[in-house]
Amino acid sequence: MDTLRNNGLSRTLFLLLAILAWAGVADAQTQNSCLDCHGALDPPLQVTEQQFASDIHFQKGLTCANCHGGDPTKADMDAMSKAAGFRGKIERKDAPELCGRCHSDGTFMRKYNPSLRTDQLAQYKTSVHGQLFAKGDTKVAVCIDCHGVHDLRPATDTRSKVNPLNVAQTCSRCHSNAEYMKGYGIPTDQFAKYGTSVHHDAMTVRGDLSAPTCTTCHGNHGAAPPGVSLVQNVCSTCHVFQDEMYEKSSHKAAFQAAGLPGCVVCHGNHGISHPTDAKLGTGSEAVCMQCHSPGDACDQARAKMLADLLRLDDAIKSANQILSVAESSGMEVSEARLGQDQARDSLTKARVTIHSFQTDLVEQDIQAGLKIAAKDLQAGKDALRERDYRRMGLGVSVAAIFIVLLGLRLYIRQIEGGSK
Amino acid sequence: MRLLTHLRAWLDERFHWAELIGPLKEKTVPVHKLSHWYFLGGITLFLFMIQVCTGILLLLYYRPGANEAFESVQYIMTRVQFGWLIRSIHSWAANLMIFTAFAHMFSVVFLRAYRKPRELTWLSGMLLLFLAMGFGFSGYLLPWNTLAFFATKVGTEITGQVPLIGHSLMVFLRGGEDVTGATLTRFFGFHVAVLPSLTTLLILVHLALVQYFGMSVPPGVEPRWKGSPSEAREMKFFPNFLLRELMAWYIALGILGALAAILPWELGTKADPFAPAPAGIRPEWYFMFMFQTLKKIPAKVWFVDGEVVGILAFGLAGLLWTLLPFFDQAGRGRGRRFIMGAGVFAVTYILAMTIYGYVAK
Amino acid sequence: MESQVSLSSPTPRRRVVEYLLGGGLFASIVSFIYPVLRYVIPPPVADLGGDEVVASKVGDLKPNAFKIFRFGTRPALLVMTAEGEYRALSAVCTHLSCTVQYRNDLHQIWCACHNGLYDLNGRNVSGPPPRPLEAFQIHVRGDEIVVSRKREG
Repeated sequence: MDTLRNNGLSRTLFLLLAILAWAGVADAQTQNSCLDCHGALDPPLQVTEQQFASDIHFQKGLTCANCHGGDPTKADMDAMSKAAGFRGKIERKDAPELCGRCHSDGTFMRKYNPSLRTDQLAQYKTSVHGQLFAKGDTKVAVCIDCHGVHDLRPATDTRSKVNPLNVAQTCSRCHSNAEYMKGYGIPTDQFAKYGTSVHHDAMTVRGDLSAPTCTTCHGNHGAAPPGVSLVQNVCSTCHVFQDEMYEKSSHKAAFQAAGLPGCVVCHGNHGISHPTDAKLGTGSEAVCMQCHSPGDACDQARAKMLADLLRLDDAIKSANQILSVAESSGMEVSEARLGQDQARDSLTKARVTIHSFQTDLVEQDIQAGLKIAAKDLQAGKDALRERDYRRMGLGVSVAAIFIVLLGLRLYIRQIEGGSK
Repeated sequence: MRLLTHLRAWLDERFHWAELIGPLKEKTVPVHKLSHWYFLGGITLFLFMIQVCTGILLLLYYRPGANEAFESVQYIMTRVQFGWLIRSIHSWAANLMIFTAFAHMFSVVFLRAYRKPRELTWLSGMLLLFLAMGFGFSGYLLPWNTLAFFATKVGTEITGQVPLIGHSLMVFLRGGEDVTGATLTRFFGFHVAVLPSLTTLLILVHLALVQYFGMSVPPGVEPRWKGSPSEAREMKFFPNFLLRELMAWYIALGILGALAAILPWELGTKADPFAPAPAGIRPEWYFMFMFQTLKKIPAKVWFVDGEVVGILAFGLAGLLWTLLPFFDQAGRGRGRRFIMGAGVFAVTYILAMTIYGYVAK
Repeated sequence: MESQVSLSSPTPRRRVVEYLLGGGLFASIVSFIYPVLRYVIPPPVADLGGDEVVASKVGDLKPNAFKIFRFGTRPALLVMTAEGEYRALSAVCTHLSCTVQYRNDLHQIWCACHNGLYDLNGRNVSGPPPRPLEAFQIHVRGDEIVVSRKREG
């Protein structure tokens, strides 16, 4: 002790060691020396601490070495030691197997998130991407293309490339690139078409996260087009009633026999626009006349269904009109307005029943709606009659008041004998 | 009619009825070019009586309480026979009453009827005006619709900006920190009990004072009449002036009925305290000039918060206005001219800011 | 101008004026009193208060069945479960406001529009609906089933 206290040099050395030891202990916990250099490099070697901090793997305690190998506790180039298993840049062709090494291992994944699926790699192998990949095509999507690599976020994070809000954008990176997709023989207008669709509107305009995006119909890891015979299954997940009607209809057998893809024939696949009654018409949006001849039994049925729909639509509109007039005159018609909601529901139901292609079923729904609309129209008329009654009452009162005013004036004149 | 004669005799034996109403029979009203302004006070009183009657009728069906208020008003408007009429008359008469109260007040200013000895009449009248605006503010919330809810929120928020006592005042008004069902209950209590009793008392005082001092003659006419008393014209209150007053009241009734039938008061949508405020929240028109002024004052005036400056300015203006008669003692030219000028400025300012408030986005 | 006392025997003209005035006053007062009188007579449909509605009578609903009724301005659902309990919920689907229904095969509440499912407590369990259905309170008064909104705190 005496020697240390007295020896200035020894004391300095002791301090230095202490500091190094402390640094060593501190660093050992999140020892990721790779970022010390790679944070300062230029792309494509650049991976900053900020970037990596948002990565879900990093947040769970994994480091660069878990994928790239090497020794993250060492400083500088020593970290990239071949002896410690350093692999350098992971080639695209190695990515699925590398990711699958952990993500397909149920025992391993249970340590982090027991409810996460572990069949992604297996599913990928069944997908179009996976099948082409197995044949040696490295242009196809692999894990890192969709999920990102160093700032990988879980799908529930709205900033993640595979969050439902962003999925279409992610797919379009390749699938809208005509140059890139040359040689695959599929169109590259899906994203553009989807952007015009009612499903896209539901998600972006209404903020409905349950609205379908690419992966909803195509699958994500096992991504493949549903195929002509299976389109109906995909759509029916949400559009249950239409599916039920269609299944029992004449078109199901006909389309199946002709190898036509069910729903897509009339509604399209990517650019599914909001269906209007014009679909049943004879104009540019008409779908029936693409197959049927004018004047035949089906054309007549079409015309009847369209006429029914328009009749109910008109009835609802006229009831609405009269109710608005009543409302703006100050009459209270909230009960009739509620009835209008139900009438509109009937119209929606009738439009669904179209898919049975049976005019009598459509007629049933229309009649139910017409009854309600007629009741509401009557309520509006009653309200207007009440309004007129009130005005008449007012007229009577005002007349009485005028008589009084006249009487008063005359009486005043009388008792004052001449002009005031 | 003999019945009336008998009644009179019966009352006279017990209360010296003839002596009591004697002075009333002698009461006269000056007649000159500006006599028509004398009707305004009576019309305001008439409208107040309408409010009391329709208010009591509404009380038969109205239910205070956040869960029930809106629905009870809806019930009155849709299910109760002539409920729409009673409710619309109540809402319209409220607005008309405040308008005529203001007009009455300004006519008194320009005709200088506040001069000695009528200072207390003026004072009681100003207090009545404030009570009328209190009636308007508290009554507006009672249907518990969105507009009313947010207008009350903003209004009480502004009250909270008064220095020192503001926050306590706001909590007192709101029945808590926020506008809730408790506020509704409290406003209901103010509107049907506190304010009516105070107003009735003040009206009696006001009327007694008017009766005691008689009708004031405008400054332009007074000296002329003093000079040549033969020129002074007057008419008896009973029955001549009263009959004319009755005409005015009947005209008011006709207007009210027409407004109720042709422009019924709307129901709105039920207030939802958790929904965001809709765009374009405005107070009723009689608060609009103050509201618009506060909106236009810059955020900071020197080191003081702009809104506080506005509130204090209006408070001060109100106070000085209430003490108006004391600035016009002995009819000295300067005081009188200043008050006339202030009166013109006040009317112009109120009109301009009210219109501005409605026209501006 | 001083008022003049009217002559003791009224001339025909005076009579006309008096009748006019009297008649007018009477008519106008009747036109004021008549609405007031009708107003004070209570209407046949009593107001229970905005947040209460008689949804049904006891015995109208069988177990494992439902009924749509009006609650305020929107439709509501009254369900009698298979076990005989009553449930009352808003019938407005939280996805796109279609009117939902009770499925007696699934014992769940279903929306036909996009296949949304809710459990009997109103919780959204599958499909597009993002939020649960609002649940209401039920009181049985005599033979009436009264549904009311949950009281505010």
